[in-house]
Amino acid sequence: MIPELGHFALILAALVALIQGVLPLTGTLLRDPQQQVVLQSLARPTAALQCALVAFAFGALATSFLSNDFSLSYVAQHSNSLLPKPYQFAAVWGGHEGSLLLWVLLLAVWSLAVAVFSRSLPLDMVARVIGVLGLISVGFLLFILTTSNPFERLLPAALDGRDLNPLLQDPGLVIHPPMLYMGYVGMSVAFAFAVAALLSGRLDAAWARWSRPWTVIAWTFLTFGIGLGSWWAYYELGWGGWWFWDPVENASLMPWLVGTALIHSLMVTEKRGSFKAWTVLLAIAAFSLSLLGTFLVRSGVLTSVHAFASDPKRGVFVLIFLAVVVGASLTLFAWRAPRVTLGGRMGLVSRESFLLANSVLLVVATAAVLLGTIYPLIIDALNLGKLSVGPPYFNAVFAPLLVPTVFLMIPGSVARWRDAKVREIAHVLRWTALGAVVLAVLLPFVLGGWSIGAAFGLFLGCWVALGTLQQVLARVRKPGRIGASFWGQHVAHFGMAVLVIGITGVKCYEVERDVRMHVGDVVTIAPYTFRLDSFSEVRGPNYKAVRADVQVLRNGQLIEVLQPEKRRYFSSAMPMTEAGIDSGFMRDLYVSLGEPLDDARTEWSMRVYYKPFVPWLWGGVLLMVLGGVLAALDRRYRKSTQRVDA
Amino acid sequence: MKPRTQRFALIAAGIVVLCAAAAFVLNAFQSNLVFFFTPTQVSKGEAPQGRTFRAGGMVKEGSVVRDGNNVRFVITDTVHEMPVTYVGLLPDLFKEGKGVVSQGKLGDDGVFVASEVLAKHDENYMPPEAQHAMDQAAAAKAAQSVQQPTSVKAKP
Repeated sequence: MIPELGHFALILAALVALIQGVLPLTGTLLRDPQQQVVLQSLARPTAALQCALVAFAFGALATSFLSNDFSLSYVAQHSNSLLPKPYQFAAVWGGHEGSLLLWVLLLAVWSLAVAVFSRSLPLDMVARVIGVLGLISVGFLLFILTTSNPFERLLPAALDGRDLNPLLQDPGLVIHPPMLYMGYVGMSVAFAFAVAALLSGRLDAAWARWSRPWTVIAWTFLTFGIGLGSWWAYYELGWGGWWFWDPVENASLMPWLVGTALIHSLMVTEKRGSFKAWTVLLAIAAFSLSLLGTFLVRSGVLTSVHAFASDPKRGVFVLIFLAVVVGASLTLFAWRAPRVTLGGRMGLVSRESFLLANSVLLVVATAAVLLGTIYPLIIDALNLGKLSVGPPYFNAVFAPLLVPTVFLMIPGSVARWRDAKVREIAHVLRWTALGAVVLAVLLPFVLGGWSIGAAFGLFLGCWVALGTLQQVLARVRKPGRIGASFWGQHVAHFGMAVLVIGITGVKCYEVERDVRMHVGDVVTIAPYTFRLDSFSEVRGPNYKAVRADVQVLRNGQLIEVLQPEKRRYFSSAMPMTEAGIDSGFMRDLYVSLGEPLDDARTEWSMRVYYKPFVPWLWGGVLLMVLGGVLAALDRRYRKSTQRVDA
Repeated sequence: MKPRTQRFALIAAGIVVLCAAAAFVLNAFQSNLVFFFTPTQVSKGEAPQGRTFRAGGMVKEGSVVRDGNNVRFVITDTVHEMPVTYVGLLPDLFKEGKGVVSQGKLGDDGVFVASEVLAKHDENYMPPEAQHAMDQAAAAKAAQSVQQPTSVKAKP
């Protein structure tokens, strides 16, 4: 009964979304002011109603999972009666159908948030934004109802479920998809604002100001989601990598790169009234890439842990949807673009020009990632052979494009708007540059070996870190209230510096030993000694595991016992590696089990890794997230609309 | 500088940078494409010598020999076989009789030296490239022995 109610709620939600998409937008086209107001004011209540209906459907599916209702095909495929409760709930988005439902739910939540927090917006803008969001929602609800219904019954009902993929049974993966989706879906709000502005013909600084906090929040979620995914891959896949240039990772990185360009471009549009057309294109691109990400990940064209049953109908649907969104919005753009006025004039060297350069670099980097990601798919689809583009390509391309981007962060935020002088910037930053160079030359000796790569990476990181600190100190000395967005900017930039130093440190100083070990064997990675102490059998709720006790000694003193496991889940024959990790401020010690090399299972192949700076990667991401939160909380976004001088 | 010269300089600089970036990206792209070959194609000598490529199919039953961290095994597409050596830890789901894709170079002695054996995330999942290799071989076999086409269906 509950699943049928959920299905019914979903159908109703599609109808409500259609009303939400059509009537308020129609209202903006009418002449009669009274009719206008009536239709436009439908936007908020329909958004709320749609959100309630989708939430009900989601609740119905979650209830089916928690009550082990294996008469639902989707539940039977992705859950199991032995699965711990929290994972049963997370299993709701453990497969294709449920993750789409999550997508729509989050879209409805974003729409509701726009409806609630848009008191300061004129009614016609609210109607347009919520209308566009409604149309997107119609598309996704139709997708679910026609190709991916999670409420489909299974006859006869299964006795027990097939269980959630063991790789996904992990706290990191419980929150990773919702966070990432919040980011993807949030880009739809930035997109809706851009389309609304195009429709109204009022592409002005006020639009940028309204759009900014939403875009920053979406970017923040996206950053957090990508970070969580990387963290999960690091400790769960068991071979100690944190970024693989997997197409699925690229799918989330592309909207992030464009989103980063977008939040900076929106700032120029708000402050100076320029880059309007560019900003709109970035907003369209960010959302299109989010859709492309959903398509790549969910359609089964890519095979990975994220891709589920590949049903060509689904891929075709998303592809058509993508074509409609991109086609319609670009047509609208082409139609309205001539009306876009140029903003304030900018000098060859100015904050605007630095931001533009960064924007362009980020877009080029995105294009390079896109090329490497979809080229093999296109070649395969055209039957021209099978090939792949490996990490060497992405490393070779990404670093040279991102290095200048990161470098320009500092002169960009020091330079004055409108017109700046190179000599002035150089003068302000001279001590910072000297400090960064000195640190870059000296630090590698402390860290264990000088190399040009390490020095270069450290220079870049120290340059951004010192430059950021310098600006914060200069601002704090001056009187006046400091806005939250100032802190947001600099905390996020500092996070980038930490991330760059972290990446450099891991890449240059990690030590990886793949060894075979008996009980009692010792591996030394100075100054640490790893001693394999014993093996034991352990039982989890739905798995059995072999656990190794590995003592870690430093100068003969025991500092930690790592317990890597090899798990075998009852519901599948698939072994799972759980790494044993000891995290410090400066380094991770990482041990994972490979496979038994003899029948008595006393000798194993093992990975014993020393991973310096890995905690810095997560720290950098968290700082960027914190920066995003601070920036979005700035008071001026909550003030009622004022005329913004362009 | 006059505003117009300034704008011109800006646009020109932008175009130069973009062209340089594009040339650089395409060059890196060209030299990092990794093609896929089936054991049949490799046995016919279609695979390049000295360049990294991917090969895949099924791990032949009883072919895996371990010597410390050195592993030797045979990839087959049921028609042709190719020996592979690999140094390192194999992914969890590497098993005899299951699909596999590995990346590496072909040695002079015809042994494929793998630098990477690709992991899969699901026990029942067949890498599409490996499936492709099996299908190709099956199709070739079927074409040769038209009398008994039913016996040569490839099993994933």
